[in-house]
Amino acid sequence: MATVSLEALRGPHGYLRAQTRWRRTEIAFWLATLLPFLLFPSYLQLASQIAITALFAVSLDLILGYAGIVSLGHAAFFGLGAYAAGLISKFGWGEPLSGLVLASTLAGVAGYGASVVVVRFRHLALIMITLGMGLLLHEAANSASWLTGGADGLQGVRIRPLLELFSFDLWGRAAYAYALLMLFLTFLVARRVINSPFGLSLRGIRENAVRMPALGAPSRAHVRKVYTIAAVMAGMAGALLAQTTSTVSLEVLSFQRSADVLVILILGGAGRLYGGILGAILYMVARDQFSGINPQYWYFWIGLLLIAVVLFLPNGILGGLGRAAAWWRRVSP
Amino acid sequence: MLGSFVGVLFDGFAYGMLLFLLSVGLSVTLGMMNFVNLAHCSFAMLGGYVTVTLMDRLGWPFFATLPVAFLAAAAASAALERALFRPLYRASDLDQCLLTIGIVFVSVAGAAYVYGTVQQPVQLPDYLRGAVTFGSLRFPVYRLFLIGAALVVTVVLVAALEHTRFGARVRAAVDNQRMARGLGIDVDGVFAVTFALGSGLAGLGGALAIEIVGLDPSFAFTYLIYVIIVVSVGGLASIGGSFVAATLLGISDMAGKYYVPHLGAFLIYLVMVGLLMWRPTGLFGRR
Repeated sequence: MATVSLEALRGPHGYLRAQTRWRRTEIAFWLATLLPFLLFPSYLQLASQIAITALFAVSLDLILGYAGIVSLGHAAFFGLGAYAAGLISKFGWGEPLSGLVLASTLAGVAGYGASVVVVRFRHLALIMITLGMGLLLHEAANSASWLTGGADGLQGVRIRPLLELFSFDLWGRAAYAYALLMLFLTFLVARRVINSPFGLSLRGIRENAVRMPALGAPSRAHVRKVYTIAAVMAGMAGALLAQTTSTVSLEVLSFQRSADVLVILILGGAGRLYGGILGAILYMVARDQFSGINPQYWYFWIGLLLIAVVLFLPNGILGGLGRAAAWWRRVSP
Repeated sequence: MLGSFVGVLFDGFAYGMLLFLLSVGLSVTLGMMNFVNLAHCSFAMLGGYVTVTLMDRLGWPFFATLPVAFLAAAAASAALERALFRPLYRASDLDQCLLTIGIVFVSVAGAAYVYGTVQQPVQLPDYLRGAVTFGSLRFPVYRLFLIGAALVVTVVLVAALEHTRFGARVRAAVDNQRMARGLGIDVDGVFAVTFALGSGLAGLGGALAIEIVGLDPSFAFTYLIYVIIVVSVGGLASIGGSFVAATLLGISDMAGKYYVPHLGAFLIYLVMVGLLMWRPTGLFGRR
């Protein structure tokens, strides 16, 4: 930490450069993500689900944690990506990588369209607009059963092996490698975006949306940009889910999914790059462990947890850990 | 053709009145404190379950359970307001959203634990069943009763807000909270009472809703969406706005279900998103 404050003395460029330096804990974390291959080979399917959820949470973090745009309908882009990837493969193009690119691009285009609307709103209207757009898409997918299969889910998704070498089997070896690689690559992008002047101005928008335009920052353009980036990432997460599991159900667009990812991000710590990833690991592992209990009661504990986090742990687990570390440094010389 | 049209209009209006009862409290408290309370329908659900319990297990008559439903929801909301909501008045929208979504999760799971996930039946008294007929038109008595109840509530609410001292305080707090505080109005106290009243009305609405829409633990989520649509379309703190928005929503939802059933709730969401884009502060919203 001492090096950061020293660098900060050299002005904003020094500060940003210090932020982009890889810390040892980060490198250790990413190396640890490879451990499931060795230690839990029977849990790779779960691990790939975690990586996908983490990617989705990181994408929400960009708009919610950094730009301060509350969204209750982020599953719209996740679902768009999932349906796009599923449909592309259904109509004969089963190659996963190009399908992934196409699906995320489509989600990005939709995200840009939505962002034009979203930037005009704040407060309750913003929450309602995002919620409304999510519900609208969910209902549309439900109604258009000739295309999406409606409530029965999309039938006939056939994904070819990755690079024609590794097929997505029940063991989930290829699935986890694929999802983890994509998570890492998009994480690099997100990290770069956040530690750039653009990322700084996003935080400015979060802190004071009126002041930023007064300083000459094109807030609306910034928000449109980050919203589009986040939509691409969410679409990619959805496409990954569709490709690794070969199924797409209406659930990918549901409000529940939007709420879940919000809970995951808040739990881990919004506005922190690793918050979404940590939240996804904790949430998914806990859900897997408690899968015996009725999902109804699972949400009882999630609800209590949410209340507790909002009241006592305003910046999530990572924020709490940061505070604890700062306190520890103060008391122990 | 005309008969079915009038029928849809009537059913939609009755349904709209139900939505109005459920949402008017939220509209006032949101306009007053800007507190995004997504748990509003949990209080409605509580009212519904109170009515079901009193009728089924204790054999109370339907009408006697309604005041209890109102009071139970009001008391529960007053307690929650004290304990959980008050520390968050100055917090961000997101924190308020999350806290109240947490409460919804807990209430849904709690209701499922106590009552199971099945629909709860309600046995109406005989004089509320059946229908009044005018020629070929049929008007179910219960819906007429619902419309009457909602109209009475509207008149009482408007009269209370426009012509009492307490109402003047509420209006002052909605218009300009800081100024109201400066004039010595106990805004927190006014808010606590308004909040309890609003949730009580939701509880009453929940009790009245069972016959029309049924009652199961998902009620708190399903109707939350409708209530928030009413509030955001009608505009904050506007009773007239909520009334018009609830009527519009009720009729268009019924008409949608009747004439284009395969679209489901699509039409409603489309209307809401469109209206919000056109008037972000709602049809009757100020600012």
